[in-house]
Amino acid sequence: MSETSSVILAGVGGQGILLASNILSRAALLAGHDVKTNEVHGMAQRGGSVVAEIRYGEKVHSPLIEPFAACALGSLEQIEALRYAHVLAPGALAVVSRMRLVPTTVSSGAAKYPDDIGERLARAFPNLRHIDAAAAAEKAGNPRANNLVVLGALSMGLDFPEALWEKAIAECVKAKFVDMNVVAFSLGRRLAS
Amino acid sequence: MQELMSGNEAIARGAWEAGVTFASGYPGTPSTEILENAVQYKADMYCEWAPNEKVAFEAAAGAALAGARSFCTMKHVGLNVAADPLMTLAYVGTAGGFVAVVADDPGMHSSQNEQDTRQYARFAKIPVLEPADAGEAREFMKKAFGISERHRTPVILRSTTRVSHARSLVALAEREEHPPTGFVKDPPRFVPIPAWGRKMRVKVEARLHELRTAAELSDLNRVEMAGNELGIIACGIAYQYVKEVFPEAAVLKLGWSYPFPDATIRDFASKVKRLLVVEELDDFVEEHVRSLGIPCDGRDLVPGIGELSPERLRIVRARMEGRDTEAATMVAEAVDLPGRPPVLCPGCPHRGVFTALGRFDVVVAGDIGCYSLGVMPPLNRMDTILCMGGGVSVAHGIAKSGEKKKVVGMVGDSTFFHSGITGLLDVAVNRSDVVICVVDNRTTAMTGHQDHPGTGRTLMGDDTVAVSIEEMARCCGINRVRTVYPYDIEATVGAFKEELEAPGPSVIVSRAPCPLARKMTLGKPLKVVAEKCRKCGACLRIGCPAIEAADRRPSINTNACVGCGICPQMCKFDAIRLDQEEEERALT
Repeated sequence: MSETSSVILAGVGGQGILLASNILSRAALLAGHDVKTNEVHGMAQRGGSVVAEIRYGEKVHSPLIEPFAACALGSLEQIEALRYAHVLAPGALAVVSRMRLVPTTVSSGAAKYPDDIGERLARAFPNLRHIDAAAAAEKAGNPRANNLVVLGALSMGLDFPEALWEKAIAECVKAKFVDMNVVAFSLGRRLAS
Repeated sequence: MQELMSGNEAIARGAWEAGVTFASGYPGTPSTEILENAVQYKADMYCEWAPNEKVAFEAAAGAALAGARSFCTMKHVGLNVAADPLMTLAYVGTAGGFVAVVADDPGMHSSQNEQDTRQYARFAKIPVLEPADAGEAREFMKKAFGISERHRTPVILRSTTRVSHARSLVALAEREEHPPTGFVKDPPRFVPIPAWGRKMRVKVEARLHELRTAAELSDLNRVEMAGNELGIIACGIAYQYVKEVFPEAAVLKLGWSYPFPDATIRDFASKVKRLLVVEELDDFVEEHVRSLGIPCDGRDLVPGIGELSPERLRIVRARMEGRDTEAATMVAEAVDLPGRPPVLCPGCPHRGVFTALGRFDVVVAGDIGCYSLGVMPPLNRMDTILCMGGGVSVAHGIAKSGEKKKVVGMVGDSTFFHSGITGLLDVAVNRSDVVICVVDNRTTAMTGHQDHPGTGRTLMGDDTVAVSIEEMARCCGINRVRTVYPYDIEATVGAFKEELEAPGPSVIVSRAPCPLARKMTLGKPLKVVAEKCRKCGACLRIGCPAIEAADRRPSINTNACVGCGICPQMCKFDAIRLDQEEEERALT
């Protein structure tokens, strides 16, 4: 029986984690895998830390990923990547957007956003792609397409052909947004190659 | 055909395939998306949001008594609200199939407690089914209707967060048609006056006996025999974790956990050397296994507080094998990260109310909704939360207790209609000197923006009467009723001041629609003028996530700001303004 692959996506509620999770699970499905995902709804969504877990393989039981078991991590925000770093297998691919979203705990003075975030990411993730996803999203025509850029970069470490990803995107977003999302996705691929 | 679906989508699909013609519910995480998905089948299946779970349950019961296949949906604490009709529908029984879908929230991701719904099934002496993923959710939903009709009993389908919100492949089928048979008058069957109720009471026990036999024979319970060293009895999502962590163990998967299939349990236990029960929350099955005189492990090894996970079962396994247990810890770079709790969104109208209330030394009894977040720093303006509607009645009780401080009760619009009205009657009739603030953002926001009796729209998308909160308050006997616009802080403060000073109860309706629900902005993004800012921190005390600060120097994230205009009202130095370009544009 083939191993189950696990991917974790992290970010802040409202950043589009659910769409990225939808596209990734659709791609796995198109590739002929059994798929399970776990997503966060409800209270935690309101600007809180949010995570989606996607698992695929011949037969998947648990929708939850065990520590150090994910084969890839994509994060739409920098400190959120660190928060879930213990889920990633040692040395596995981490794609982290350079996005810095300051939590209210920092603004209120109760906590501090790490000054050395770049060094921390490099230490925690030996296989890191620290990318300017926001600039790429802007270039694709939508500053909110940060999620597709990160997914594109992440796709370089996942074993699905590019055409299959494009099919998955087309099945998950409204027709008029397909082109923009495909552009953002391919810019992400370029950033990681 | 197979589709990737969440458990909640699959429950809706299963109901439609089962020929259901009536569905009602009240939103509550993690159950909300069941009805939101059910409504796509509205051509075949009537769907509605009810004002609360009791009403939803009763309405679905009514449809079932009239021979329709019906179901209702709610979260675990919603079943407390619906417990009254549940306990007696169990006596009366049903004509058409009736299923109550109840979603538990182990780990309290979005809830105030983590009660185990299976206890209600035993309490009411009715069956409970526990699907382990979306595929089973669809299948079990269909089987639940068969069980309900065959045994004339309500059935509970218990989901949990990781079943409702996890997605997996679901096999689809066509809809079976079960047109409602119509109401057939039969008072001894449908009316539990004591004379007939006593007969029903006897029938309930006989039915429980029949159900036990049916559960023994049902394919909802199955044995997956492997080695005989370890046998595990598992229910719901826990089954999936068991398959990951104990792949070599024999498993008795209980999909129909109550009434307990005693013979199946005894037979399974006799075939394995060691027996372990793995279930989330209460030791519901384990306690029964022990009562059969069968030795087993369970709560001695498997935690009953919080939700289970493969990670937690790995620790159980290590402990069973006498190995050291180590929970995974965060990486060193992550130990001092700032937390990111959920917060009121930029532009949230509730922020105005909390900011205004921050000027008064009062006790604030709160309630369940987005505004529950007002308890957190820096707002810190909520002192109690109990349950839906509790914001009104708890305020009443605090005031009547002789509390020296003035008392404010806070309740949302959807929550007001859910169960705030009855509390308000208590306030009015028994004359407590409280100010009840209904924070009306024109939607049920926290659960993802559902309609309610005040919005003028039904779940099916039709226009309808929009019930007025002010008129309702006056009908309840409140004489002082007023409305404020919460983005105007001084006016809101003024309203609270007057009403707190006025004798007798008042209602203040704070009305402004949730900008997130309408996908709207209230104005142009604002900017902090660095030369004018004195770093006093006043703007940071409103807890707006669009205002970011390092060393107390605030700046506004223009992508997040919706221009609600609350922060400029906090600034004494006129340092928060429109972007200069925007200002020039506004002048020309």
